[in-house]
Formats: sequence, C-alpha cells, structure tokens
Amino acid sequence: MNTHTITRRDMIKHGLIGAAGLCLSGSAALRALAATRQPGRAAKAKSVIQIWLSGGPSHIDTFDPKPEAGVDYCGLYRKPIETNVSGMRICEMLPLLAKQADKYSIIRGMTHGSDAHETATYMTQTGSAPGGRLVYPSAGAVVSLFKGYDGGYQGQIPPYVTLTEPLGRFDEAGFLGTRYRPFATGGDPAQSRFIVEGVVTEGLTNKQQLERRELLHKLDRLKHALPRNPAMEAFVHSQDQAYDMIVGDGAKAFDLSEENDALRDRYGRAVVVQGSPSAQTTFGGRTTFGQCCLVARRLVERGVPFVTIKYPGWDTHKDHFAEMKRKLPELDQGMSTLLQDLAEHGLLESTIVWCGGEFGRTPRVMMEAPWNGGRGHWGRAFSAVVAGGGFKGGQVVGATDAWGEEVKDRPVSPSDLIGSVYELLGIDPEARLPNPDGMDIRVMPARAGGVPSNGLLREIM
Amino acid sequence: MKTSVIPAVILVAALAGASLHAAPATPAPSQSSEIDRLVFSRLEQLGIQPANPCSDEVFVRRVFLDVIGTLPTAQEARRFLSDANPNKRGMLIEQLLRRDEFADYWAMKWGNLLRIKSEFPINLWPNAAQSYHQWIRSSIRENMPFDRFARELLTASGSNMRKPQVNFYRAIRNRAPEGIASAVALTFMGTRTESWPAEKLAGMTVFFSRVGYKTTAEWKEEIVCFDLTKPPGSASATFPDGTTLKLSPVQDPRAVFADWLLKPGNPWFARAIANRVWYWLLGRGIIHEPDDIRPDNPADNPELLDCLERELVASEYDIKNLFRLILNSRIYQLSSAPADNNPQGEAAFAFYPMRRLEAEVLIDAINQITGTTEKYVSRIPEPFTYMPEEQRAIALSDASISSSFLELFGRSPRDTGLESEQRNPVPTAAQQLHLLNSSHVRGKLEQSAALRAMLGNSRVSGNVLDELYLAILSRLPTSEERGVVQAYQRASENRQGAGLDVAWALINSAEFQFRH
Repeated sequence: MNTHTITRRDMIKHGLIGAAGLCLSGSAALRALAATRQPGRAAKAKSVIQIWLSGGPSHIDTFDPKPEAGVDYCGLYRKPIETNVSGMRICEMLPLLAKQADKYSIIRGMTHGSDAHETATYMTQTGSAPGGRLVYPSAGAVVSLFKGYDGGYQGQIPPYVTLTEPLGRFDEAGFLGTRYRPFATGGDPAQSRFIVEGVVTEGLTNKQQLERRELLHKLDRLKHALPRNPAMEAFVHSQDQAYDMIVGDGAKAFDLSEENDALRDRYGRAVVVQGSPSAQTTFGGRTTFGQCCLVARRLVERGVPFVTIKYPGWDTHKDHFAEMKRKLPELDQGMSTLLQDLAEHGLLESTIVWCGGEFGRTPRVMMEAPWNGGRGHWGRAFSAVVAGGGFKGGQVVGATDAWGEEVKDRPVSPSDLIGSVYELLGIDPEARLPNPDGMDIRVMPARAGGVPSNGLLREIM
Repeated sequence: MKTSVIPAVILVAALAGASLHAAPATPAPSQSSEIDRLVFSRLEQLGIQPANPCSDEVFVRRVFLDVIGTLPTAQEARRFLSDANPNKRGMLIEQLLRRDEFADYWAMKWGNLLRIKSEFPINLWPNAAQSYHQWIRSSIRENMPFDRFARELLTASGSNMRKPQVNFYRAIRNRAPEGIASAVALTFMGTRTESWPAEKLAGMTVFFSRVGYKTTAEWKEEIVCFDLTKPPGSASATFPDGTTLKLSPVQDPRAVFADWLLKPGNPWFARAIANRVWYWLLGRGIIHEPDDIRPDNPADNPELLDCLERELVASEYDIKNLFRLILNSRIYQLSSAPADNNPQGEAAFAFYPMRRLEAEVLIDAINQITGTTEKYVSRIPEPFTYMPEEQRAIALSDASISSSFLELFGRSPRDTGLESEQRNPVPTAAQQLHLLNSSHVRGKLEQSAALRAMLGNSRVSGNVLDELYLAILSRLPTSEERGVVQAYQRASENRQGAGLDVAWALINSAEFQFRH
C-alpha cells in the first residue's frame, strides 16, 4: 500500500520521535504518517478561516430573523433586509453582508442541545459528544495533523493559528497532543504595530537577533555533547523553525503596514454608540476583529491551512441590544470585506470561511430582572454561515420554527458541518487519528464521537 | 547559517562536554546495590556498555528536578559542589525527600493522574478540587502507606466538600460502572481495560455498580455513596484474576474489591506502583508504558521489577523508601550520554534518558532565576481560584487554574489519567518562539531585580559569571565558555545588555530545558 520508506530523519521532521522516540507508540506514529501519505482525495479547499463568535451569538438577530414572531422575540430588529439573493433575508444590522449573500450559505438548522459554554464549544469545535475518557481534537487540530507539517505544509507560520487568543474552553489539540495546539498570536492587529508574541519584538534589530542566536549556539554545550540524540535533534529543529519566523519571512505576514489604508479601513471601524438607539452612528478607530480578518487573509495567502479568529463578546445575557448595536456593524464590515477581499485575491475558491458560535440565544427576549432585555443560551437551534472552498453561496439550509426555537427542517449536527469541511479539504474521513489508547478512531467525528449524523451538507457542496 | 559559522571554540566546548558527564564513581548505599546488580547483569547479558557515572554538577541538578520539581538555587548548587563528604549524594537525597516541595511536586503528578480539574470535562468545581488536592498533598507529605492511600480513595463515601477522597469517583468522565472500573484499573492496576476481554471488565464492573451520586441543597455539593437503592449489576462478581464470589446485598462491593486488590500477593497492585515509581525517576517503565501492563507487554527486566515490588511490600508500602532505593542506585546516577549505540540500551537502562522539563517546572525555574512571579487565573471567579502572587506552578491545585505559558508548554490537561498525557517530548516552534523572543520572557529578564543585582553595571566576568551559571545551570562555566562570553561582551556596546543576553542564552539552551 505505502511504498515510501520512512526514515528516522522523516520521523524527527514530522515530530513523531520525541524524547527517546516515545511520544507516540511506534505503531500509532507509523499509522499517522501512513495516513498522511495516502493519496489525497480531490480537495476543493486548501484553507479554513473560522470566525468564532465566542459566547454564542443570537441567531434571530443575525442570520435567522423572525419578524413575524413579534416584538417579544425580535426586540429592536423587526425589519430584516433582502440580500442580493432573492428570498434570503438577514438582520437589518448586516447591510454589507446582505450584498455578499451570493458568496455564502446560511445553515439555519444547527443543533446539539447543550446550553453550557464548555460542552457546546467542545461539540461545535470537535463534532463529538462529551463523555468517554478521551478529549477529541478540534477541527483545527485535525486539519493541522493532515494539512500541516505532517501533510507536506512547508510554511514558516504554524499551520493552525488563532487570532489572537486560544479558545480557552477546552484543550483544542485533545488527544493529539501539544504539537497540534494552535499558535495564538497575542497582541492586537488594530494597534499601530501588531506585536505577535515571540515573532515581532520591539527593541531588537535583526542583527542583534542574529548575534544572540550565535551566542546561544556557542553556549549550548549539551547540544554539542549529545548531537545524535533524537530529543536533541527535535529540539534543534524547533529552534531553527522559530528563527525562520523571527528573522525569516514569517514575521512579514503579520505586518499590516504592507496593506493600503483604505482597505484596512474597509475591514471595519468601531461604532461609537451615542446613547439612544436612534442616534446617528459614527465610527471610531479600526476594530480588532476587522484587522484579524485582514491578517487571516494574509495567512491564507501564505498557505496556512487553518486560522481561527476568536471574536469574543457574544454572551449577552444583559444589555443585549446595546451590545448588538456595537457588534453587528463590526461583524458586518469585517466579514463582508473578508469575503470580498478573498474573492478579489482569487482565494475564496480555495478558502472555506466558517462563521458561528457554540450555540444560539434564547429567541424570546428575557425582559424580567435581572436580565432586563437579555438573551440566554440556546443550543437547540442556531445558525452557522459557510462560504468558499467548494461551498455554494446563496443557499439556505434547514429552517427553524416561527419563533426560532426548534429546528423544523433539515437539522445539522456540528459533526455534519465539520465532516463537510474535511471532505472539501480532501481529508479522508476513514483515516485514523493517533491516540494514546491506540484505539481505532477515525477522522469523521460522527463515527468518532457517537453524535447522530443527519448527513453531510451535500446540498451546498 | 547555523552550521556554517561554528568557530573552533565550539569543538573545544563539545569535548569539554564529555567531561561534564564523567566523574569518579561514588560507592552506592548497600541497599541499592541489588538494583545495580540486576541492571548491570542485564546489560552484560545484552553486551551493552553502561554510561559513565554522572558528575556532581549533573547530579545536583537532576536530583532536585526529579525529586522536588525545583531547580537548585546558586547557593544550594555551590554548597553541594563544594561539600567534600563522600556521602553527600545520599545526604542530599534525604534532605530533598523531606522538603515541602516534594509534597507539592508529587501532588501535582497525582493531580494529573487523578484528574483534579474544576471545569470541563471533569467538572469537580473549585472547592472540591481544592480539598481533594489538599488531601493528596498531605497524604504525600505524611508519606501515607500507599495501600492505605488506595483504600481511602476506593472506599470513600460522603460529600465532595467534606470528604475529599470521594472526589476520586467524581473525577471520572464516564461515571457508568464500567467507566469507574476502567479508571480504577488504570490508576491502581496500571492497565487499560480496552485491552481486556469483555467478560473480564464485566466481572470487575459489578463491584462498582452501586456507586451513587446525589446532589444536595447546597450549591455544587455532591454526595458519593454506596447506594442501596441501586440494583447490584449481578449477584456475583469476578475479580480480574478470574475468582468469582457472591456479593452480599448489604455490603459495599467497593470494599470487597479493595480487600482483594490490597491483599498481599495481589499480582497487580504493588507491581503497578513499583513500576510507576521507576518510570517517574528513570523516564521509562520496566514494563512500558507504565499504565499499559498486559500479558503481551512483558517487563524488560522482570527480576528488577520483582525486586522493587518486594522492597515496597516489605517496607509496608513506603513510597519514599522506594524513591530512596532508586535514587541512591548507581543506575539512577548514570550519565545521560550513552557509552554505547546499542538501540536496546534505553530499555535496559544503560543511561539516564534526557527529558524536557514539565511546563510547571520550567516556569518555576525561570521565576526562581529572575525573582519574578506569574499570574494564574481560573475562568470561575470562585473562592479558591484566586492565587497569591508568589504561587508556584508545581503547587497549583487545579488544572483549571492556569496561564497561557502552562497551556503553551503542554501542562497536563488532566483529561484521561494516562501517564502519556503528562509527557511533552517534542518541542514546538511556538514554544521556542516564546522562550527566545516573547515579551513575557524578555520582560522577566529585563525587569529582574535579582539579575540586575547580580550583574551590576560592570562587565560580566569572574565571580559574576560563576553566579549566573550556578543559578541557571547549577554548575560553573568552563574556560571556553568564559572566553565566548568575553568575546561577546567585547563586541557589544551595551554592557548591561550583554549580561542579560548571556542569561537569555543559558535559559534557551538545551542544557537548561532538559533533565539530563
């Protein structure tokens, strides 16, 4: 089946030999390597940008408006707008996205039933159900296993990047281990200089970096005393990789001064809320979210297979509508410009954009104290948006009932969405995932985690 | 670039490196000589040359890191190195076994195996996690006999907040009887039920079929108990050795199981823990993995494991005594530079295997050197989740109280209870970026009052460099290294900066980041 000879050098390069070659049991290591060497399926997508609306956005106030349900449900947003696809309506707070609807599809039948942040995040990110001994890896970690360094990726930037903080709800790499954790940039791309932790340093020139590197090289006595030790080889390799980022081209990916100001502005400027909801909207400085979208495009241009933008602040139990007035224009500007910019760079065809959170929010506005017009957690029905990379645009998949409370048509499990993403990336759903128990665990999360499948999203693939 | 600019001085340093690992052999205490005899005779049988004994410099650093998860201070290293007493290694071992950090560090290790985590997916909740950790830590501090430790966990009943031991049953993701049986087998028998025939697991499951979980009116309180209202899974239960017995409906079957497990001569219990202790100190189990004991995974040196098991039982499950035996052996004190390229050398313990420092140990060491602290936070703003500024990472009670450094460097997520979850063998580029170049680590160096006081304003030479080396690498610099530092300073305009650059380089060296 597999005619490649796997050399020790390969193993080290792929990180499969750890300290004394024990990081995975030998057979698991070989399996993982074998899995990556299988001829790839026809892949339509090369990269994924996941816009993670952390905390759980209201589906009613974004992509699944219910004006007929009345003010008790809609609150302030009672006049959804038509998009450039006839019959597809979204919240009136998303006018720029309305002009791009032909690029994306809305999945309105997302459901998993959990109202707890951790469990719901785990389910939507991994596609598997909690329970059992193992913690499953997030989609980003699985993509990083198959499309990262083990899958032929040669870039200097780590294959799974989160902008700017990790998800934080669970260990994203799950049983795959530290190697597949996302690289969290830290810093803030909306600042005059995007200080990526560890990559971009203030106060040190490249010359000083190189001098220090040479000093380190000369002083690292153990490195010279035990040159052929596999743990040492892996150590040296990782330090070399780090320096490729620091003094090589890696750092340039994060240098937004290479982009023109007009485009940077189009990715979004903050809404300044002036008291009453009817007051005129004015804009302030560039938003962190928008600039993250721009960084994501730059990373995808350089071949990074998985980028997560962690966009916090959607957990709006109180003061929901005031918060939406700030956030929805940010989302609208950032995501619509991202779609357009990707398309203009010819990247949308090969880049999946996946936008969603861990669940939706209580469809009926909670007027009682202490919420006073907030929305709670809602895992029974919520929305996700997908675009590019082989997903069709301008479609609506599934539907909720008249109040947005239950899925009435075409339920979609997180595993169906993730499985569809894997298929578009050409990841074999039957490939095995190396795990500490040496169990037969397959990529496809429906099989892995025991969540019932309602079928891949064939209608939009 | 890295290979093209190696000046001659490197080659000299490399040769000097060999002497780092050679030292005159000190006689091992007699009670450890049985271990030495069994390992050396196995090596002889395989025709493998054992490594040289390690030097005092290597030993002091290794034994501090292995026994108390803490780097020796410059003063501690200097004191040991200048001590002329021929028994100084044994004396240091005794001192370390009595230190508070011993309890901190091994409570951390047990916390990993027993999954002390207040949030997803274990969900113990902060005050229960705290009380569980405290119980484990004080058991280790008092050197509770290990059979009693196991019995207290296995037979506990009561409230998660008032009876800490019951959290053993709560920190199991799959609380079905089968899931509990699997967790018990993994923890105390060192075996994975995934490799068992189904009937064997079913037989053992019966002992845990009547574990009850009940909530109370108090916020997040949970009672774990022998639940008489639950039907026994079956009237008879079967121990993993195949013996079947009838259970009385009014007797807690967990106690019956504990009696079997802890009975002298039980084939699993003493073996599993003896093998684990060896694994912890020597980096590899005699049966490897140490939690994957099964008939088709034999011990590399069965006599050695028998010997440890016998010693443990004879000492009435005194874990510290087992530590003492192993630490005083010549095997533990071998160099990490193999004398022989035989690939079987590692499994036969021909040398001490290099391993990376754990995330917790690494950040504590950096904090100790720089005199700085770290902020640890939990997502749940509860009592017991706010940590004092001086908090050391090895003493954290709960995996939900963390920092981005700990997560980045692969602190155990405490999800599974597998030993492999605590290992972090392959460094990633992201980790190296952090140590080489992050504002976090740079800030610690630049703002370090300790380093500033040490380095002063003059050139880094003589005694200052000695201090720096002792504080970071627990040894004195070689003359070649002094030369490299002097040359670097001559080329640098900023003298203060040059001293910090040397500290930075030492922290980024493999010699610092590995146990060796």
